[in-house]
Amino acid sequence: MIRARFELAFPGFALDVDLDLPGRGVVALFGHSGSGKTTLLRAIAGLEKVPGGFLEVNGAVWQDATTFLPVHKRPLGFVFQEASLFPHLSVRANLAYGMRRVPAARRKVSLAHAVELLGIGPLLDRMPGHLSGGERQRVAIARALAVSPAILLMDEPLAALDLARKQEILPYLERLHEELEIPLVYVSHAPDEVARLADTLVAMERGRVVAQGPLSETLARLDLPIRLGEDAGVVLEGEIAELDADWHLARVAFPGGGLWVRDSGLAVGRHVRVRVLARDISIALTPLADNSILNVIPATVEQLADETHPALALVKLDAGGAPLVARITRRSAAKLQLQPGMKVWAQIKAVAVVG
Amino acid sequence: MLSDANLAAILLTLKLATLVTVILLLVGTPIAWWLARTRSWWKGPISAVVALPIVLPPSVLGFYLLVAMGPNGPVGRLTQALGLGTLPFTFAGLVVASVFYSLPFVVQPIQNAFEAMGERPLEVAATLRAGPLDRFFTVAVPLSSPGFLTAGVLGFAHTVGEFGVVLMIGGNIPGVTRVVSVQIYDYVEAFEYADAHILSGIMLAFSFTVLLAMYLLNPTRTHK
Repeated sequence: MIRARFELAFPGFALDVDLDLPGRGVVALFGHSGSGKTTLLRAIAGLEKVPGGFLEVNGAVWQDATTFLPVHKRPLGFVFQEASLFPHLSVRANLAYGMRRVPAARRKVSLAHAVELLGIGPLLDRMPGHLSGGERQRVAIARALAVSPAILLMDEPLAALDLARKQEILPYLERLHEELEIPLVYVSHAPDEVARLADTLVAMERGRVVAQGPLSETLARLDLPIRLGEDAGVVLEGEIAELDADWHLARVAFPGGGLWVRDSGLAVGRHVRVRVLARDISIALTPLADNSILNVIPATVEQLADETHPALALVKLDAGGAPLVARITRRSAAKLQLQPGMKVWAQIKAVAVVG
Repeated sequence: MLSDANLAAILLTLKLATLVTVILLLVGTPIAWWLARTRSWWKGPISAVVALPIVLPPSVLGFYLLVAMGPNGPVGRLTQALGLGTLPFTFAGLVVASVFYSLPFVVQPIQNAFEAMGERPLEVAATLRAGPLDRFFTVAVPLSSPGFLTAGVLGFAHTVGEFGVVLMIGGNIPGVTRVVSVQIYDYVEAFEYADAHILSGIMLAFSFTVLLAMYLLNPTRTHK
């Protein structure tokens, strides 16, 4: 459990948060630049001094009225946006830098394990100047892990990388998520990263928390999708239930239904996350057989809301327990006379397996 | 080729410059660290004081130091009270004066290196459990090593090259305060151009060599 209360006012910017976060899984601090997410993360690390703040991490008070634990005494790992490896030290020495400073009895993550998790074995004797951007960031993550942190803080670790490097690192982050018990607070402005990694979502705007909660629940709240625009959508968790070898499709089952997705070689029984964007869902009153859309599922209208563009509306649907959000035109909503409680069919044009 | 007098002057100069450089690196580093990182109002005035020897005529600096260290000056009273006598016209006095005179040449390169390094490497080190002193020695110093090299070379070379302050504070005592630059002055005054040529040539070669070595060892980052 992480409890954080910070108030800070700069000219033109104010941070004002009061948060209770789960002490496990991945917490995404999400928001546009200037929303205060990085400042909040730095305040948690102690890199930013916020007088009068309060911070408790898993039962230990790191900051209150009388205490301010200096950064180097906080059992945390921090990954910066730029890898910030020490240029005068080899990869191996970079990894050892933090580890050496942790008493042996408190080391839970071995160097070998950190190296293996991030796949950096072949890089150990290289100097940071001779690594690619993606490699550098993987070393930086391993270096933060090697101090056996009680909590791992990451400040947009992928933002400085191109798409290919991002794709290179994301699987490693997912492995951390699956294999380690270390809670991760992850700052990002990229909805795809959040959809893929987060368990808990904290959305920030102008220094304040505007939405907070479990990922799929929070994404389905209509006040947040309004702010997300083109990226509005939900994330559903399910399992691969069956494969259709003839058509190279796989069915992802979740409570209340299933969705056909492209078979990307996932085994039956495998736990997956799928992301369905609001703009890819249309609504019909009857299930039409004569169209190309593969996933047409029954749902109940829960709520309607205006989108920021006056032509558009957002519709929250309940598909047998799974929340969906559809973005349609207001004219269509009026034509169909959509109202809460109505039974409709959600036609889902695209589903992405995100992890 | 070198007379005993010339050799003595050269050895004295090297001894003075070495000692002054060591003291300056020890004294200048904390000053540079503070100047590079402080947001205090005092940064401006202190920077100006440190830089004064660059623009002040050495005779002015020498004059004030002479007065301060003389029998009736505040420093002079202190050294006398401590049983050390007075500093002017001694080797120790020369060392003290040279430290002031060469201070900016040591502080500024180190300060620039600390500023160029920025806050980030220190923040990284802090998140890797390194305390303040630990961070300084294992991160700040190695990352600023080109600045320290420049500072050492400039501090040394500038001390070797000083003249006015030496004359004011040290006088011209053979083996005690008669350094190479003063020796050359004496030769010229006495029309002994052959000896003046020898020592001047050595000084020129030395200065060129250290500066060349510094620029070769310290390529600017733009070369990459």
